[in-house]
Amino acid sequence: MAKKKSESSVSTVPSPASSRAAGVAPSHTDLLRQMLLIRRFEERCAEAYALGKIGGFCHLYIGQEAVGVGAISALRADDYVISSYRDHGQALARGIPPRTIMAELFGRVDGCSKGKGGSMHLFDRNINFLGGHGIVGGHIPLATGVGFAIKYRGGDQVCLCFFGEAAVNNGAFHEALNMAALWKLPVIYLIENNRYGMGTALERASAINDIAERACSYDMPNEVVDGQDVLAVRDAVLRATQRARGEHTPTLLEVRTYRFMGHSMSDAASGTYRTKEELEEYMKRDPIIVLRTTMEKNGEWSDTAMTALDEELKAVAQDAWDFADASAEPAVEALTEDVYVW
Amino acid sequence: MPVVTYRDALNQALQEEMQRDDRVFLMGEEVGVYQGAYKVSKGLLQEFGEMRVVDTPITELGFAGVGVGAAMVGLRPIIEFMTWNFALLAMDQVVNSAAKMLYMSGGQFNIPIVFRGPNGAALQLSAQHSQAWESWLAHIPGLKVVAPGTPYDAKGLLKSAVRDDNPVIVLEGEMLYNTKGEVPAEEYLIPIGKAALKREGEHCSIITHGKMILVALQAADQLTKEGIRVDVLDLLSLRPMDVEAITASVRKTNRAVVLEEGWEIGGIGAQVVDYIQRECFDDLDAPIVRVHQVDVPMPYAKNLERAAKPDVPKTIAAVKKVMYLDQ
Ligand SMILES: Cc1ncc(C[n+]2csc(CCOP(=O)(O)OP(=O)(O)O)c2C)c(N)n1
Ligand SMILES: [Mg+2]
Repeated sequence: MAKKKSESSVSTVPSPASSRAAGVAPSHTDLLRQMLLIRRFEERCAEAYALGKIGGFCHLYIGQEAVGVGAISALRADDYVISSYRDHGQALARGIPPRTIMAELFGRVDGCSKGKGGSMHLFDRNINFLGGHGIVGGHIPLATGVGFAIKYRGGDQVCLCFFGEAAVNNGAFHEALNMAALWKLPVIYLIENNRYGMGTALERASAINDIAERACSYDMPNEVVDGQDVLAVRDAVLRATQRARGEHTPTLLEVRTYRFMGHSMSDAASGTYRTKEELEEYMKRDPIIVLRTTMEKNGEWSDTAMTALDEELKAVAQDAWDFADASAEPAVEALTEDVYVW
Repeated sequence: MPVVTYRDALNQALQEEMQRDDRVFLMGEEVGVYQGAYKVSKGLLQEFGEMRVVDTPITELGFAGVGVGAAMVGLRPIIEFMTWNFALLAMDQVVNSAAKMLYMSGGQFNIPIVFRGPNGAALQLSAQHSQAWESWLAHIPGLKVVAPGTPYDAKGLLKSAVRDDNPVIVLEGEMLYNTKGEVPAEEYLIPIGKAALKREGEHCSIITHGKMILVALQAADQLTKEGIRVDVLDLLSLRPMDVEAITASVRKTNRAVVLEEGWEIGGIGAQVVDYIQRECFDDLDAPIVRVHQVDVPMPYAKNLERAAKPDVPKTIAAVKKVMYLDQ
């Protein structure tokens, strides 16, 4: 394990794409950096979970990095992001510092939710990251509400809402989308279709398998997107933001991806509900490799530069770990704080 | 007597009742192919097939309602909620359909249904996943509510719940599934509405239910070492509640501690205290003390979670307080 680095030698906040000025497209290297950061960070999460430093439910994003990174790279800093319990990747892509995310996962006072939320409930008000939410489908109406508030105030922001494909079978999804279409609200509903809701395959839970078609019930623009291609995700979300900002039209995106790990840290990667062969087949389209192939074609890839980038990001993950480890447990008085505002 | 886990005891109850009555079926998320999120339904899909062990989409409101509809016309559904936190989405069907149907139909439609699943906190699952709902459920006329804390009670009460012609809520515990206890090989039922005295003493009554029975028994063991012998009364059923058993114990000990997992306001303990003041006012030698979760949503951080939950030291301190030994 690397030694703890001094603050100056490590960039703890690797430039989130969406915190830059609007209109400046991120380079392929920027997007790669974001995805690789999530990968290296979460590998350490798995390790910390095994050591008991992280507890409770912990759902990793590994395999799905292109979705969060590509989508959030299409946003402006004043847009809103809201997600489910599988939120580490989006939180990192949006720019919550790795240190405060890891401290949250360790249940420490410097965590982005002061150690009170944990893995499923990452929040950062400063960058309009409206949380990780634990009840399947529960946050989809919240996104509609954010869209309502944007329109109410006459703004041109959008709200980007991430959820899994299994959530579309829940009533909250339908109620939320109907209102957004009815009232023309600037919301992008992004389904991360990783093919499984826990151990249940999409085909065993949904009467139709092309879930983007659900948008037809609400006459809502929709697209099916390759979720392993960060550039394709970015482009689709950019198109949706244009519709949302201009005419306040909501969009439903079905982004097809795959999770490389178990549903949570307490579920095996393969076995009961999917085969090892299937997993290995999907892992060939690792989003990092897909982007690498593009970069190689464009002559943007250099092994030495990439090795250096990887080392840098491993150091960022190590720094986050060290920071979290050194952070104190919340004071016991914190137990009764934040129940109400006074 | 065979020693089995709480999980296997429930599994046996499901299997036996499904073998006994082919109108009984199990429905919920991950109950079939995945063998249950907590493996309670292991092997049942293989034995009973897809019509009787039904995997659902993540649609609690929907499949709870499907269960009630099927029960209206003669089936006997067992609806599994992955946890009771998710059952909040189904509360409309549990309360407005299942609990009310018999009454509002003037006695025409009874709903023989079981709603079951883990209730309360596990470890570090934080605010949305660590909630004990028994006082909400016990509030509702038309429902019966049971909360077994041991494998023996789990099997006997679940079997009774399946045979009951009314909606019965069975509150299990994620932290209980791996616990072990003796379960008879031969068939038995535990009647709904009866409490069980799990430890006999004379100095104080600890009245509790569900997973907190384990906490109460540990507290009782430690107190015994200090010469304090307590009654531990396991309510088992929260609606109807065994008021006779409560009064019998308190009349004997003259002191009571009421222990529960949920929050204070409107909690099960508040109802128990009310029964005691009604029935045993003149028998009490000290004000009753309640032990419960601190009045906050469950925090994630380990130390805060520990501080929030009722536990053995808090229970012992409460017993000492009602015995005026806390100075
Ligand atoms: C209302 C509700 N029911 C059940 C659960 C338990 N649960 C957590 S995640 C999950 C599967 C969700 O799958 P999907 O929406 O596809 O998202 P993914 O986990 O694949 O990202 C289930 C059943 C829950 N959190 N909320
Ligand atoms: Mg999924």
